[in-house]
Amino acid sequence: MFAFIIRRVLQAILVMVIIAFIGFAVQHSIGDPVRDMVGERVSLAEREALREQLGLNDPVLVQFGRFCWKALHGDLGTSYFHKRPALDVIVSKAPATLELVFGATVIILLFCFPVGIYTAIRPRAWFSRLVMAASTIGVAVPVFLTAIVLIYVFGVELRWLPTYGRGVTVNVGGWDTGLLTADGLRHLILPSVSLSSIMLPLYIRLIRSEMMEVLETEYIKFAWAKGLSRWRVWLLHAFKNTLLPVITVFGVEIGILFAFTLLTETVFQWQGMGFMFLEAVERSDTALLVAYLVVVGVMFVVINTVVDICYGLVNPMVRIAGNP
Amino acid sequence: MKAWWRFKNSYFFYSFRRDPVALVSFSVFFFLVLVSLFAPVIAPHNPYDTSTIDVMDAEIPPSWMDGGQERFWLGTDIQGRDLYSTMLYGLRTSVAIGIGAVLFQGILGIVVGLTAGYVGGRVDGFLMRVADIQFSIPYLIVAIITSAIFQLAFGVGRFEQLAMPLLILIIGISEWPKYARTVRASVLGEKQKEYVEAARVIGLNPVRIMYRHILPNTLTPVLVISTIQVAQAVMSEAALSFLGLGMPVTKPSLGSLIKAGFQYVFSGSWWITTFPGILLVTFTLVVILFGDWLRDVLNPKLYKG
Repeated sequence: MFAFIIRRVLQAILVMVIIAFIGFAVQHSIGDPVRDMVGERVSLAEREALREQLGLNDPVLVQFGRFCWKALHGDLGTSYFHKRPALDVIVSKAPATLELVFGATVIILLFCFPVGIYTAIRPRAWFSRLVMAASTIGVAVPVFLTAIVLIYVFGVELRWLPTYGRGVTVNVGGWDTGLLTADGLRHLILPSVSLSSIMLPLYIRLIRSEMMEVLETEYIKFAWAKGLSRWRVWLLHAFKNTLLPVITVFGVEIGILFAFTLLTETVFQWQGMGFMFLEAVERSDTALLVAYLVVVGVMFVVINTVVDICYGLVNPMVRIAGNP
Repeated sequence: MKAWWRFKNSYFFYSFRRDPVALVSFSVFFFLVLVSLFAPVIAPHNPYDTSTIDVMDAEIPPSWMDGGQERFWLGTDIQGRDLYSTMLYGLRTSVAIGIGAVLFQGILGIVVGLTAGYVGGRVDGFLMRVADIQFSIPYLIVAIITSAIFQLAFGVGRFEQLAMPLLILIIGISEWPKYARTVRASVLGEKQKEYVEAARVIGLNPVRIMYRHILPNTLTPVLVISTIQVAQAVMSEAALSFLGLGMPVTKPSLGSLIKAGFQYVFSGSWWITTFPGILLVTFTLVVILFGDWLRDVLNPKLYKG
């Protein structure tokens, strides 16, 4: 087990080095840090001196080493537009994105279990058919169209909910949260509903098919034969055994949810990391783009490594099968 | 003729005829592909021909509404292009990118998967590790960051010129691990069989065994995921274009039309986004439905009970 963890961590470090190298290559080949600093009106000789001073004439590997060293100390360069350290900019935008993902997750969890279970035990009811049809269509509708429809219905026609921005936020220990104010929560509803719309159909289908499979097994038949109450069989015997695959998938899918925040944030002008990233691309803010790349890379590598190690703890097969 | 007869009497064609969902979805898909192929013939206007576009025609509503004109059936967009024609051309671009990207990722994935599965050992370990690592990052993130890097590297103007091949490249890169995994899995199954053994005993070279003997037997799962991947690729294109990292507004695709209309959708000009949106959803829906049916039919586990 110890060897497995070491192997997994080493691999994670290797991946991080590769991501850092991509980030470094982007920064190295696009954009000119000297021009970013001094503008156009400085003589060539002075520029050259500055280049030398900044170490831009050193061998590439030396520069890469310096890039990694600085990155390890939390210095990912300075944003050209914001005039602040890039990491600070990203950290200040992170709460918005995380709260959006959180809101969508809450909605998914609230709806997928009851609906999934219902469609599994009553597959022929009209509601189940409706849900299945809607989930098929839901998979084909891109998240930004869902968002536009939601804005049109609830924001423009009915005027029930705000359609852009985060509303009033409060700062709790450096974390700007919209979860504690009524206005912030109202602003969160439409974005999280549209974000949840990409995953909800998949989850309902997953729970439904897992549950239907479990309901066919022998031990469920035995439970019926024992004369247990219906709810006891459904919830305690069947549902509990559908949970494991669902949890397995959930860990992976949270990352996908994060990816789709980029689209949701654009539609709702939600001031999160994705919105910031797209602005950085528009403004050719290379430092911020590279910092985003590194931060997202770290995030996914850490999540995947932790998930893999957890699997390894639970399931000894993975430790061997995962490494040919 | 014989091949046709065999096809006509096959289980595949039989179940296709019997399944209304498959029939309808395939017909709609076929129709949309035909329409996009013949867009230059069908479309009353050419959205790329600037001499026929008049900005004074901008934002004319569909012909059945107040202020609509006979000339523009579905109205016009903000640049004064006939929306119906622009949508046809847009569908053409989207379908071309979708199919191109699937071909690209398919070839890349098949080469990697086949090599990894057949050669095995260290090569397999290395290639599949690379695929695993990329697989652990959502494809959309990979696509968005790649196209952002390309856009910075090429500059916006050059990127817009090369948008279509670049998008094929970007979407292809972001999705190849799926093919590599699928192909490798079925190669591992095929490798044990006698005909591969026989081919090896005759002394054929490994490349020939891989591509002429094993590959044809692994194509069924590839075909199944390819349909879904086309829908996925078209949606990726739309998402990238919507974010401003894909097709520019001057080169209509379904995504760039939706993006162009989005700024005007709540100020009354709802049709610029709505019609391309409906077309996009219809296209992806029929491809997904057909892909689901294909998966059920070609799945040997379900085949004839």
